[in-house]
Amino acid sequence: MFTLYARRRFINQLSLTLAVLAMAFGLFWLCWILWTLLENGFAGLNMSLFTQTTPAPGSQGGLSNAIWGSILMSTTATLIGTPIGILAGTYLAEFGQRGWLAPVTRFINDILLSAPSIVIGLFVYEVYVVRVGHFAGWGGTFALAIIVIPVVIRTTENMLKLVPNSLREAAAALGAPEWKVISSVTLRAARAGILTGILLAIARISGETAPLLFTALNNQFFSNNMNQPMGNLPVVIFQFAMSPYDDWRSLAWAGALLITFTVLTINIAARIMFSQKSNSH
Amino acid sequence: MPTLLVDSRLKRQNLLDMLFRGVTRLSAFGVLALLVAIIISLLIGSMESIHAFGFGFLTSADWNPVTEQFGALVPIVGTLATSAIALLIAIPVSFGIAIFLTELSPQWMRRPLGIAIELLAGIPSIIYGMWGLFIFVPIFADHIEPWINDHLGQIPLISPIFTGPNVGISVLAAGIVLAIMVIPFIASVMRDVFDVVPTLLKESAYGLGATTWEVMYQVVLPYTKIGVVGGIMLGLGRALGETMAITFVIGNAHQLSASLLKPGNSIASALANEFTEAVGDLYTSALIELGLILFFITFVVLSLSRFMLHKLAKREGQGS
Amino acid sequence: MTPEIKIIPKLIVKDLNFFYGAERALKNINLTIPEKMVTAFIGPSGCGKSTLLRTFNRMYQLYPKQRAEGEILLDGENLLDKKQDLNTLRAKIGMVFQKPTPFPMSIYDNVAYGVKLYENLSSHDMAERVEWALKKAALWNEVKDKLKQSGTGLSGGQQQRLCIARAIAVKPQVLLLDEPTSALDPISTAHIEKLIDELKKDFTIVIVTHNMQQAARVSDFTAYMYLGDLIEFGDTSTVFTNPKRKETEDYITGRFG
Repeated sequence: MFTLYARRRFINQLSLTLAVLAMAFGLFWLCWILWTLLENGFAGLNMSLFTQTTPAPGSQGGLSNAIWGSILMSTTATLIGTPIGILAGTYLAEFGQRGWLAPVTRFINDILLSAPSIVIGLFVYEVYVVRVGHFAGWGGTFALAIIVIPVVIRTTENMLKLVPNSLREAAAALGAPEWKVISSVTLRAARAGILTGILLAIARISGETAPLLFTALNNQFFSNNMNQPMGNLPVVIFQFAMSPYDDWRSLAWAGALLITFTVLTINIAARIMFSQKSNSH
Repeated sequence: MPTLLVDSRLKRQNLLDMLFRGVTRLSAFGVLALLVAIIISLLIGSMESIHAFGFGFLTSADWNPVTEQFGALVPIVGTLATSAIALLIAIPVSFGIAIFLTELSPQWMRRPLGIAIELLAGIPSIIYGMWGLFIFVPIFADHIEPWINDHLGQIPLISPIFTGPNVGISVLAAGIVLAIMVIPFIASVMRDVFDVVPTLLKESAYGLGATTWEVMYQVVLPYTKIGVVGGIMLGLGRALGETMAITFVIGNAHQLSASLLKPGNSIASALANEFTEAVGDLYTSALIELGLILFFITFVVLSLSRFMLHKLAKREGQGS
Repeated sequence: MTPEIKIIPKLIVKDLNFFYGAERALKNINLTIPEKMVTAFIGPSGCGKSTLLRTFNRMYQLYPKQRAEGEILLDGENLLDKKQDLNTLRAKIGMVFQKPTPFPMSIYDNVAYGVKLYENLSSHDMAERVEWALKKAALWNEVKDKLKQSGTGLSGGQQQRLCIARAIAVKPQVLLLDEPTSALDPISTAHIEKLIDELKKDFTIVIVTHNMQQAARVSDFTAYMYLGDLIEFGDTSTVFTNPKRKETEDYITGRFG
């Protein structure tokens, strides 16, 4: 006799079991992927990664030029994108109550945040690479900066909105002019969150391949010249992984491990920093 | 009495105020300008191709750099197909994960698991691509594809979809890898959406004797459905534009076939594989037009998603 | 014989009306705030007492839908005049808020913040001013060894005294207190009430409070407001023991509100 209640209980049990299975399913694949990464990446890990440049197939080498190029471009992109992002985010949070610019900017920002990064690369190709006539590190930097900006805008605006109005009023009550209230009190109160946003942006661009494919391209040699194609980890990994050469592939895995490790470390650091700073308030 | 400001210092403060406002305004404007610039530059770059092929570009399956005949049908179909497969797999799995995180898991597990899911969402997609190519594809080719060929490939009507060479590189494999990549993302959005359901609402349902499943399915889901759909569309937007997870595995084959087990192409992969090799202005222009189409599709999807997520947020503000 | 207490008007409010959008929140207020005394605004929630207080330093101007009409004369000059510079006005009229609002910087920097905006003091003079303000706010002894620590690390009562120190460091003429003890425990409240008694020797003080007993304890003059109207204004002992209006009496005796 299958009572209504028994049936309900059965459905409940079934669904919840499926939910647990789903969780296990999702975790299973992800663990497998991480395990593969660790296994293959570790095999290729050694000091020469950092001391030798990318080799021709069949010879020994490392990833130093790619690592350096990535660091160079990511840092510059962050330095370019962060101020613009913070300023625009400040506009949205502090001055955006009236007028049309704020809602429109927010909308566009949301789109840019999730837009295909390969299209960003295409854009920079059209406006920069074509103009200067060759691929260049600056192109990659601009493309990465365009990815940094929406992330920073979003976190800056959200963090500023969390600052209570009474703090702004207290500064205004002392006679501080508007720009001083915002810069010395409001932005300062939100600084932990904003810094976290910047870190998250850095983590994001560290792993991006597509925007670099037609902008910075790649460079086999160690270079500081941003006006020429610049080596970078993601594109090197792409090239090497798709190739038929074993030593290239092993380097690709090692590089992939490096990137993932960097990204995860930055993410974790950002979390820790954010929770610490918010606790001290 | 403190020594107060002289007029000139006052004027300077007002000037600084205006300057500050102006600079922030300019930056916000810059974002708008950026979007306009992207659209315009893509349009200009596609002009040659648009002139050459017109609307037929969207329906033609040709792709011949030699004769300079190009059509977007194969990449568009590939993009949509891989994303559809990815969502079909990812949505129920993410839903299960979200339920687990919000209702089923013991308290001590909740935060670490939640953080783990979020960290996984940040793993660069090239990792998924590499894993897909080196680990998944061989297994897919040796074990899963033969099974599909032998079983689903025998059922009349759907058999054309499920027959293909056991090479591994295929639209289906790409869709699966994409699904795995997208799962953490959709799961955490769903989890966030479920988290804002007022506890009182759930407690009222539990208080009436509803089972956990019933509470989730009959109370929480309807309450959050706008947000859930918005989150799914956000995941879709990401999946459509995804390059590296797919490029390794999809095969870069410009042939249209009904079978999921055959290699195919997506817009992003076509761009990644061919753009730097493209010789000739028309070839390049056709590729840029592909990029324009992709941008347009993701723009629409992301706008819809935003609209829905905002509707949920507004309702939250009123309800709570 | 009671000595003559000379009442010097500091702020004169003339025909003040205040609007939130289309809604009129203050109706034809006419009032004189005496110098170097404590004036309290009391009344039930929504009567307009905080609104009135915030017109004195034009705090409402941070919000687009709020506006004021009428005159408020500070030493003869109308501070509602459009030509009046807001920031210099706020340097003359200080404000302490309901909830303590320490800035995210050191205790020293908090107190020095307002002073730095308008005065060019040497570091020695600034340190002196900070010490003076903290002493006046009865906080010096508790923080003198940790001036470099963040202001947010203090207890609630200490934070509020920090905000008071910050407000008086600029040596304002008038000090506005908007329910300054409503977020504090009874002991901190008592400290601050004692402080107010000391501070009135140097500053004109206007305090908004929803606590009648507090008004009776600390103020020299009391204004009772209801629904945007000023019902009664007079010296505190008269208002509390022998109110002229029935509405005042009803409120004081707790019959409502």
